[in-house]
Amino acid sequence: MATKHLITITDFCVYHHVEDTFIHSLHEAGLVTITEVDKQTFIPESELQKLEKMIRLHNELEINVAGIEAITHLLQRVELLNDRLQQMNNRLVFYEHD
Amino acid sequence: MPFIDYYKILEVDKKASEKDIKNAYRKLARKYHPDLNPNDAEANKKFQQLNEANEVLSDPEKRKKYDQYGENWQHSEAYEQQARQQQQQGRQQYNYGGQGGGFEDFGGGGDFSDFFQSMFGGQAAGGGRQSRYRGQDFNAQLQLNLIDTLETHKQTLTVNGKNIRITIPAGIENGQTIKITGHGGPGVNGGPAGDLFIKFLVDEDPRFKRKGSDLYKTIKLDLYTAVLGGEITAETLTGKVKVKVKPETQNGTKVKLKGKGLPVYKKADEFGDLYLTYDILIPTNLTDHQKKLFEEIAKS
Repeated sequence: MATKHLITITDFCVYHHVEDTFIHSLHEAGLVTITEVDKQTFIPESELQKLEKMIRLHNELEINVAGIEAITHLLQRVELLNDRLQQMNNRLVFYEHD
Repeated sequence: MPFIDYYKILEVDKKASEKDIKNAYRKLARKYHPDLNPNDAEANKKFQQLNEANEVLSDPEKRKKYDQYGENWQHSEAYEQQARQQQQQGRQQYNYGGQGGGFEDFGGGGDFSDFFQSMFGGQAAGGGRQSRYRGQDFNAQLQLNLIDTLETHKQTLTVNGKNIRITIPAGIENGQTIKITGHGGPGVNGGPAGDLFIKFLVDEDPRFKRKGSDLYKTIKLDLYTAVLGGEITAETLTGKVKVKVKPETQNGTKVKLKGKGLPVYKKADEFGDLYLTYDILIPTNLTDHQKKLFEEIAKS
C-alpha cells in the first residue's frame, strides 16, 4: 500500500495565515478532502496544490468560498476542454504528416 | 523606453481616490490573476502591469512623483540630483515637497518594467505594503506509448522556450500528472515562481488492456491443444514466452504470467502480471473422416 503524507491543519493554517474554519468550509463545499486520525484533522499531501491555489484566490482577490467553488468548477471545465483540444491538435498533426 | 500610463492600465481617472484605485486594481486583478488564467502569457503580462500600476498609484509618495514628472520622467533623476546639490548649498530653487531622495533606497529589480525602474530606482521596498504574488503555473502534456512506461527514462521538453530535462518514472499511468517545482512563470514582486505540471497521456496498446500495472490479453487457442494440453507461444510487452496449456482447458480460462505486466510506479523491481484469457477456436471445414471421429467421441 502506498504511503500517504499528511499535514496537520494547524501547521498548514499557521504557515498560510488562514483560519482553520476556512479549510473546513472548503471541505464542506466538497472542494478539498481532509482526513481525521486519532481526533486530529489532516490534509493529504495530494490536496496541497489545489488548496494553496484556493487560498491565493481568497487572500489575494478576496474571493469567498462560494466564489471559489464556482471558479474551481469552471477551471476544471476549461482544463478538460484544453486537454481535448490538445489531443485533437495532436491527432490533426499526425494525419497532416501522412 | 516608452512612457507607461498607469492610470490607463488601471482604467481610472487622474483624480481617482485611493479607494477608487484599490477597487479598480481588485477588479482587474480578478480578471487577470494567473490562477484564473492558466497557460495564458498575455494575462500574466497584464497582471504584472496591473501590479506595477498599483504599486505606484496606491503609494502617495510615488504617485506624487509620477504625477509631477509625467512624460518627463526621464529627467526626474537629473532634476532631483540638481535640487539636492542646491539644497546643500542652501539655495533651494526646485520644490520637491520634501521627498529628499527616498526613492533611491529601493533596491532589487524584480518584475517591474524598465520605466518603473528608471523612475523609482528598482523594485519598491514599500514598507511591507506591496503584495508578492506567486508566478503562474504552467501545464504541459506529454504523450507516451506503453513501451515508454517500461523503464525510467529521461526526456527533454521545451516549455515556453526553455528546455527542461525530466525523469519519467517507469509505470507512469495515463492521466497522471507530475509537478516540476519552480519551472512555471516568474513570481511578481519577488514572489516565488510557479510550478510546471506535466500530464502524461499514455497511448493504449491495441494488443493489451491495462489496469494499473497489470495487463490483460485474450489469445486464441485451438481446440486440440485445449483438450489434450500442450504448449503455446504468447506475446508479452517485452517479447514472446512459452506457456504450458493444461489438458481439458475450458473456454474463457484465465492464466496469470507473473511479473510480465508493467513496472509498478515508483517501486523498483516490482512488476504487475499479465493475464491471458483463452478463446478456444472450434475447427471448421472438417473432412468427413474428422466428422466421423467427432461423432465417435460424442457417442463414447
